[in-house]
Amino acid sequence: MSDEIADLVIIGSGPAGMAAACEARSAGLSVVVLDEQQAIGGQIYRRVETAPSSLLEILGKDYTAGQKLIAEFRSSGARCIAGATVWNVTTEGVVNYVTDGHADEISGRFVLLASGAMERPFPIQGWTLPGVMGAGAGQIMLKGAGAVPAEPVILAGCGPLLYLLAWQYIRAGVKIAAVVDTTKRSALFSALRHFVGAVKGWRDLLKGIKLIAAIRRHGVPIYSGATDLAITGIVRAEGIDFKIAGKPQHVAASLVLLHQGVVPNTQLSWSTGAKHRWDDQQLCWQPETDANGRLGDSVIYVAGDSRGIVGANASAVQGRLAALAMARQLGHADTAARVRRLLASLQRYTHVRPFLDTLYRPQQKNRIPDDDVLVCRCEEVTAGQIRKYVELGCKGPNQTKAFGRCGMGPCQGRLCGLTVTEVIAQKREVDPSEVGYYRIRPPIKPILLGTFAE
Amino acid sequence: MTISFEGKNLEVPAGISVASALLAGGARDFRSSIVGNAPRAPYCMMGVCFECLLEIDGVPARQSCLITVRDGMKIKQQLGAPELEDINAGVNHE
Ligand SMILES: Cc1cc2nc3c(=O)[nH]c(=O)nc-3n(C[C@H](O)[C@@H](O)[C@H](O)COP(=O)(O)OP(=O)(O)OC[C@H]3O[C@@H](n4cnc5c(N)ncnc54)[C@H](O)[C@@H]3O)c2cc1C
Ligand code: FES
Repeated sequence: MSDEIADLVIIGSGPAGMAAACEARSAGLSVVVLDEQQAIGGQIYRRVETAPSSLLEILGKDYTAGQKLIAEFRSSGARCIAGATVWNVTTEGVVNYVTDGHADEISGRFVLLASGAMERPFPIQGWTLPGVMGAGAGQIMLKGAGAVPAEPVILAGCGPLLYLLAWQYIRAGVKIAAVVDTTKRSALFSALRHFVGAVKGWRDLLKGIKLIAAIRRHGVPIYSGATDLAITGIVRAEGIDFKIAGKPQHVAASLVLLHQGVVPNTQLSWSTGAKHRWDDQQLCWQPETDANGRLGDSVIYVAGDSRGIVGANASAVQGRLAALAMARQLGHADTAARVRRLLASLQRYTHVRPFLDTLYRPQQKNRIPDDDVLVCRCEEVTAGQIRKYVELGCKGPNQTKAFGRCGMGPCQGRLCGLTVTEVIAQKREVDPSEVGYYRIRPPIKPILLGTFAE
Repeated sequence: MTISFEGKNLEVPAGISVASALLAGGARDFRSSIVGNAPRAPYCMMGVCFECLLEIDGVPARQSCLITVRDGMKIKQQLGAPELEDINAGVNHE
């Protein structure tokens, strides 16, 4: 084990982590960045450094834009450790990680969690069948491997990433059997409450509108306002059933990509014992931080989508603001003017968020499923079983363990946690904040026993 | 480079994940579920869901979406309960 000490250890090399590293380096801090992926860039800029030009062409401007930040990062003098999976962070700034089967440790005067987002679980009938994946997963195969579906594919759900992937697939020549859009017809009206913000964020809105127009222009069938989604098939996905205005519909395909937004990847912040609050607008847990992203009075900060979904540009700005806050504490910088400029751009990038959150609020039934739907994929626990636990006195996710193995499989509750919270809250008729979440303990990633053998 | 899945050789490009390589090569079932023994395959491709667990070069329960292909890799399905369960069962929850 090494006992290296840096001013700042950053977990995650997405926009938030890279921007924080650049800013901290400008202020004179020593910086080490860890990421479990081999290539830097995070989710949005995955492999942008080495992507062939044909792929850049398909993925579009917002992807290629990442090259600028990566270039700044590469010349910043931050040390980058790739393929490093962090499994423990202490409130004193010790970070434990594994690279290629070796356990290692590094300490930071400060630690920044910039672990990003994951796709929101989409628990519907049949979602565990081979041939059902997240739309983000489909995009990861495109960015990471240049791989696209060979046969017609169905994209179902809602949210910017779903339409973006449809547009990217069209450019890549993929045949899309249907886009099954779960955005409610009435959602636009409630979203217009946030009209002012939406107008200020018109650039982002316009992008979305252009995407959907392009998808239509290419003759992809779009089913709007779809409800009652269920994947069909016994051992493989064969298609999707749904209803439009109450009328049953079916589309066949061997690959169905589901998506209903992204949620913060909070495993690390939970594991440090930090407080989290339920965000009713984004329907997810967010770590409680101060304005700069600091967790309580610890040395840990959080920035980017792992703090609350804000998108790539705002994530980068949050990373910079957090870095400046740390630099101030280390006595390194006069930052006031810089902070003012960054705060202004943060505002500009987040204007459109409340509008998007309302418009693409995932349907209740796709978050809090019927009794027969599997919620915990690992241990195969259904929503009905969880409701039974509640009848027997189970008050929150932590206690489901006393009744069954829900949330105790290898994914450590990542893919069922939000659903379990909401199912219990609905059954108990209380707010999710009262129900709580699993108590997450390190190791937050599985470690093979041999890792510590030396 | 060449990898093998369940004894069958596959030619795959370098630098991509094992899960991507197998899916692109037409593989569908990666593991079977612990309780119901139902077929499962990668869902998230980013290390979250653990549906992509495979036995790689004799080591069970590897997250194949996070592992890059290497020439000569021998890959098998992960059937039933992965060993990592024994290591992690319950430690992360009270
Ligand atoms: C699958 C997916 C695809 C997306 N695609 C787009 C897109 O095309 N366009 C868009 O505008 N937005 C996209 N988003 C939204 C996206 O999250 C962006 O808003 C942006 O990438 C957020 O930046 P970030 O720096 O907060 O996190 P990320 O970019 O997600 O970066 C987080 C990084 O942390 C690393 N990490 C996480 N946990 C650990 C750990 N324990 N140890 C070590 N490293 C760890 C991850 O490997 C990752 O590289 C996508 C989201 C997802 C989930
Ligand atoms: S596919 Fe989800 S962890 Fe690998």
